[in-house]
Amino acid sequence: MENIFDFENKIDIAWCPGCGNYSIRKAFLAAIKELNLSQGNLVLVSGIGQAAKMPQYINTNYFNGLHGRGIPPATAIKACNPDLNVVAFGGDGDMYGEGGNHFLHATRRNPDITLFVHNNMIYGLTKGQASPTSEIGMKTKLQVFGVSEKPLNPIALAISLDVTFVARAFSGHIEKTKEIMKKAISHKGFALVDIFQPCVSFNKINTFKWFEDNTFYLPDDFNSSDRARAFNKSLEEEPFPLGIFYKSNHRKTFEENLEVFKNGKLPLYKNELNKHKVEAEIRAKI
Amino acid sequence: MVKKIEDNLVIVLVGEAGQGIKSIESILSNLLKRSGYNYFSTSEVMSRVRGGANSTEIRVSSKPIAGFIDRIDILIPLHKDGIDHLKKRITKDTIVIGEKDKINYEDIIDVQFTEIAKEIGNAIYSNTVAAGLICGLLKVELKLCKDFIVEYFSDKSEEIQNKNRDAIIKGHKVGSNLSEIKITIEKSDDVKKHLLMTGAEAVSLGALAGGCNYICGYPMSPATSVFENMASHSKNFDIIVEQVEDEVGVINMALGAWYAGARAMTTTSGGGVALMSEGISLCGMIESPLVLHLAQRPGPATGLPTRTEQGDLNLVLHAGHGDFPRIILAPGTLEEGFTLTQKAFKFADKYQVPVFILTDQFFVDSRYNTPVFDTTDFNVDKHIVKTKKDYKRFSFTKTGISPRGIPSYGSGNVCVDSDEHDESGHITENFDIRTKMVNKRLGKFELIKDDIIPPKLIGSDNYKTLILCWGSTFNIVTQAIDELENKEIAVLHFSWIFPLSKNIDKYLTKASNLIVVENNSSGQFAQLLELSTGHSIQNRILKYNGLPFSVEEVKTEIQKFI
Repeated sequence: MENIFDFENKIDIAWCPGCGNYSIRKAFLAAIKELNLSQGNLVLVSGIGQAAKMPQYINTNYFNGLHGRGIPPATAIKACNPDLNVVAFGGDGDMYGEGGNHFLHATRRNPDITLFVHNNMIYGLTKGQASPTSEIGMKTKLQVFGVSEKPLNPIALAISLDVTFVARAFSGHIEKTKEIMKKAISHKGFALVDIFQPCVSFNKINTFKWFEDNTFYLPDDFNSSDRARAFNKSLEEEPFPLGIFYKSNHRKTFEENLEVFKNGKLPLYKNELNKHKVEAEIRAKI
Repeated sequence: MVKKIEDNLVIVLVGEAGQGIKSIESILSNLLKRSGYNYFSTSEVMSRVRGGANSTEIRVSSKPIAGFIDRIDILIPLHKDGIDHLKKRITKDTIVIGEKDKINYEDIIDVQFTEIAKEIGNAIYSNTVAAGLICGLLKVELKLCKDFIVEYFSDKSEEIQNKNRDAIIKGHKVGSNLSEIKITIEKSDDVKKHLLMTGAEAVSLGALAGGCNYICGYPMSPATSVFENMASHSKNFDIIVEQVEDEVGVINMALGAWYAGARAMTTTSGGGVALMSEGISLCGMIESPLVLHLAQRPGPATGLPTRTEQGDLNLVLHAGHGDFPRIILAPGTLEEGFTLTQKAFKFADKYQVPVFILTDQFFVDSRYNTPVFDTTDFNVDKHIVKTKKDYKRFSFTKTGISPRGIPSYGSGNVCVDSDEHDESGHITENFDIRTKMVNKRLGKFELIKDDIIPPKLIGSDNYKTLILCWGSTFNIVTQAIDELENKEIAVLHFSWIFPLSKNIDKYLTKASNLIVVENNSSGQFAQLLELSTGHSIQNRILKYNGLPFSVEEVKTEIQKFI
């Protein structure tokens, strides 16, 4: 059966052969098809990086902006038209490095958008420098003595900031990744899925096999509503847990908090200016 | 001896931050304008919340006036340091009114504001006493004062309203009985029908008229007043207001908002625009409309945060890497603050370009009366198309403008990309498409020229000396020229700054003496004029100490060049 989000003709994809991004794309295409999303109502937003090219390869609306700046436009797009499904893509450098501040503050706003971070623990587009999630000791052409900074733990960070959907997936498991993606997209509120992904060109440490060997799935009966327990679990490393750590509906979304939509008003583009109201404001200055 | 003041009065209030000068000004502005006096006020404040020395100049006149002047007729120091702060402007003609025991000034007229306030119940009412004194001096009807003060404090308790009413009555009585001063200024019924507002309010009303429904920003002096003002209108006009984590986020949010069909504006100062530079470049690349208000303050870096300068013209001319078109507007009057902001939305939409509104601290914070704005000409055309299946956001068209679709309105995909892209918005490295896309974007400069608002020529057509100025200096320079009464001098004021029209050459060619007046240190506008017209403008009157020009200063400096 065909997928409306895929292209009829073969497209030229710029990723390296064997890149984990292909699997993530496959999982995402399947997820949005199974969720029956409509093409017109889906907007993909991204910054810059290999992961941020994802919107190019999906047949729908997109805003492919600047490096690190995927979240601000995604937040605004959803705010101006809450009927849209907004999904942001980026890599570990894009979202946790250059865009780290936007990530932090998105957790405060809780916009109803989904964030997929392709985490390959390396900079791919710029050809192999350390990223915020690179492991200590990793040597690169730039980190010639090896990385000395502690890698960021996005799962622990997100749970500590009460992001209401926090999960980790592995691109090698397309079916399981797809299921997590579906739940993330369906979740009301800011959802983070950190997706482990091998970089076949530049990361010779965290390979497909390394991810297979160093991850395990949270058990089916894992209680993802217990934030403290989720946080505790998020601190586990090597092996890293996969699956949904934390999920909650206790927070209002950014859009729900906007006065503009409190009386069920229209998306902003449908609003018309009331000239008389402006004239009244002017006259009020007499 | 009785001091006679005719037609035109300058009162200056000076005190520490937190002493309430702003509330005295606010009360007086309403009462004096409602009485039919032409009113103008401007403030210079230090970048601190308490202490220091801040001053507010209030001008009252029988004619419209809106320029800053050095002369002080009546000085009311609320703090002992006020005299020292303003010593360069105090002359033997200046009358100082204040509390003799606190203010060290020989010829002070002693009025015990605090004692009077304490008799009413609390020293806090001394500001209202001072406002009352000025109303008394200017023979403002007492009933008007009493009614207004109750209205002004209507959100406070009845007790506070009553005490303030008592305070304004007492102050009024003292002012009426001050035999040392005799003021004769004609009132006008026309003024009573005028609007009274600050530059920030004019810009905000213009944004409302432009259909603004999304404003995001990061607080930064002196631009915050526009942000807060828009927030005050948000409920009535269904505006989304968001304080963002930083200016980088601000501009990227604003672009996302336009992409989704909103009409977004941001407001900031020079430092904010510096942070937004990459986003401004993105705006150029994705051909998004954007309205950006920049209230200038002196730089570089943090500079003088609460003061004024016209030093960010070069910033907005060049902000953002790569070549792309932009429009820069700089209102000179409240009326222009309104109409140009409204038009900024129109032009941003029509040409899908960033439009900058360049004001400054002097412009946004000054308050005066102005005739009611003309609203017959404004309407909002969103320039949005309903997309079809084969829609391409960056299609090459005969007009040079690609019709703008937004997601979910129609059946097409709306794709925008910061990389060079093809007509559909997908990344391309095709050299021919690249060239065509650059030409399409830059081609908008030619289209924009149809909408250029020509500069305003004030004064004789047979000028020999032409004074060139832009933006907020309009009222100051025109008053100076008016007072010089020299038929050979005219003023050419620009509120449309960029791109400049070729037609301005005719104005410049006619003059044998070109003088530019700019509130910056290098003559940034003169440089732009030189580049655009080939004329050399060597006579430059520049000020960059953080204060606006005074009318007297401009007069003196111009005389040096003629």
